[in-house]
Amino acid sequence: MSTTDDTTVPAPPPATPGKPEKPAKPKAVPVTPIVPGATVAGRALIAVVAIMTFLAALTIGSVMAVRSTAGAWRSDVTREVTIQIRAGDKAVTDAQVRAAVDLAQQTPGILEAHVLTETETGRLLEPWLGAGLDYSDLPVPRIVVLRLDPAASPDLARLRRTLTDRIPTAALDDHRTWSRRLGAMAEGVMITGFGLLALVGVATVLSVVFATRAAVATNRTIVEVLHFVGARDGFIAAQFQRHFLKIGMQGGILGGVAAAALFGGLMSLPRFGILADPENPGIITWLDPGWLGFGGIAIAVIIIALVTALTSRITVYRTLRTIA
Amino acid sequence: MPRWNLDVQPGPAGPLAAAEDAFRLIQPLAFPLYGGARRLLRFEEGEGVVRFENVGLRYGMGPEVLKDVTFNIEPNSFQFLTGPSGAGKTTLMRLLFLNMKPTRGLISLFGRDVSSLDPDEVAVIRRRIGIVFQDFRLLDHFTTYENVALPLRVLGKEEASYRAEVTELLHWVGLGDRMHVMPPVLSGGEKQRAAIARALIGRPEFLLADEPTGNVDPTLARRLLRLFVELNRSGTSVLLATHDIALMDQFDARRLVIADGRLYVYD
Ligand SMILES: Nc1ncnc2c1ncn2[C@@H]1O[C@H](COP(=O)(O)OP(=O)(O)OP(=O)(O)O)[C@@H](O)[C@H]1O
Ligand SMILES: [Mg+2]
Repeated sequence: MSTTDDTTVPAPPPATPGKPEKPAKPKAVPVTPIVPGATVAGRALIAVVAIMTFLAALTIGSVMAVRSTAGAWRSDVTREVTIQIRAGDKAVTDAQVRAAVDLAQQTPGILEAHVLTETETGRLLEPWLGAGLDYSDLPVPRIVVLRLDPAASPDLARLRRTLTDRIPTAALDDHRTWSRRLGAMAEGVMITGFGLLALVGVATVLSVVFATRAAVATNRTIVEVLHFVGARDGFIAAQFQRHFLKIGMQGGILGGVAAAALFGGLMSLPRFGILADPENPGIITWLDPGWLGFGGIAIAVIIIALVTALTSRITVYRTLRTIA
Repeated sequence: MPRWNLDVQPGPAGPLAAAEDAFRLIQPLAFPLYGGARRLLRFEEGEGVVRFENVGLRYGMGPEVLKDVTFNIEPNSFQFLTGPSGAGKTTLMRLLFLNMKPTRGLISLFGRDVSSLDPDEVAVIRRRIGIVFQDFRLLDHFTTYENVALPLRVLGKEEASYRAEVTELLHWVGLGDRMHVMPPVLSGGEKQRAAIARALIGRPEFLLADEPTGNVDPTLARRLLRLFVELNRSGTSVLLATHDIALMDQFDARRLVIADGRLYVYD
């Protein structure tokens, strides 16, 4: 028995953690995460999540932008109706126009009746007939634009009946055909958009699920060793879930922010004179996803991060079942 | 040089004598972790550590690797598990640490029938068993220190609460100066000792070691054997699988021999 130098025997570890202890060296040992952080598989997964989130966010933003644009067009179109009066003798036509304006103004729900001036009519015809033409000689129909109160719904059917009774050469165009076509188109676009969204959503979830499973599989040894040193299944799953939630958030935010920035950038292009709409300077409505779109992108990011975390958890449990 | 460093300094009498010297250093240590008395209280009278009754095991549709295996392992006992390569030693070990379920027969660990355990109970039983794998299974992204500390970490303990304990054990197995390197740069014998330290840190009541001397020179094998014997003296039951006859001849202990799928016990 070599007990000659008992003084140098290391002090036994303290029985209770409360007792101040003297570790060999209070060297700060950084605690390595149980699931390694910067692995090739981890970075690949971030890339997959970021790309898929970006695509999903683009789809959501576009669908929402198209939806609100179609809606806006439709309400623009239905906010106005026009009365056309075929041109005839100038004096007669003028009287007919005045009569039509009176009739319209007597109809409740019509805010304003505006007779297009010659120049305004000329501008409308310019694309077909060219500029600088003198329209006074031509039998150009006269047009009265009626602005409707969006809150009330004026009785356009009655107005049409009285109008055609009194002025046989007048016709009321409530843009119904247009509105119906636009409506059908908007519906078609929406159905296609949501179908696309569903497909992209499924593709996103599937690729995130498979990429996560592959990334967890590269850590199988860790699952096994943790299992064999007595870690509870819940502890192991929690380690992976935390790690993969972080990966999912990183990738998701990367993709989501990139898509949102892209929309923001496109929307601000007109300010630099690109894609500008002269009637509505500073904004291109057909690219504005609206708060619904941006909100949808944020929700997609959260869902994708959760899918990543949940998949890792399920995969760990499945791995554990194959070990036992 | 740390007090309990086992690294052999070749003395005038050659490496073997030096190893013996190193061992004499360990012997009086009675490493404070392994107070056997406390642990023995946890066994019920006659409970035993392991009980196998007519256990049979086959992989898939293959032949039975183990047939009608019946034996006990008592608290505080030491036994070798031996048999030719492919006889089923690792298979038996896997049954013992609940990595597999037997095709037939009854296995009980610490008095519990293992077929009735839920996953949490399995985790609790695992903590009473230390395992040294034939292939070590150290985690490459952890330092040696973190690998050895893992069984305490998974219990949710704070790093500060076990630092001294782990450091001391690492010195004890001669890895005091290899604490902060990653396993890939350790030598085979160093990995082996790290794997052993990891199995010991949780103060197991039952230690399973699968060919723990398979990768080391005879001198180190002898030192590791002494380490297991010392551990056993402090109250841990040890099952050491090996086909190294020379090693078994160095310590007179019970032998479990597997041949043709059957297990023969030589007390
Ligand atoms: N996962 C498995 N699937 C099918 N057969 C297996 C499996 N693992 C082991 N075996 C077979 O079971 C038998 C026993 O294998 P085992 O690994 O237990 O032997 P061993 O005694 O540990 O050998 P060694 O001394 O070489 O380590 C062998 O014939 C082996 O081929
Ligand atoms: Mg084996």
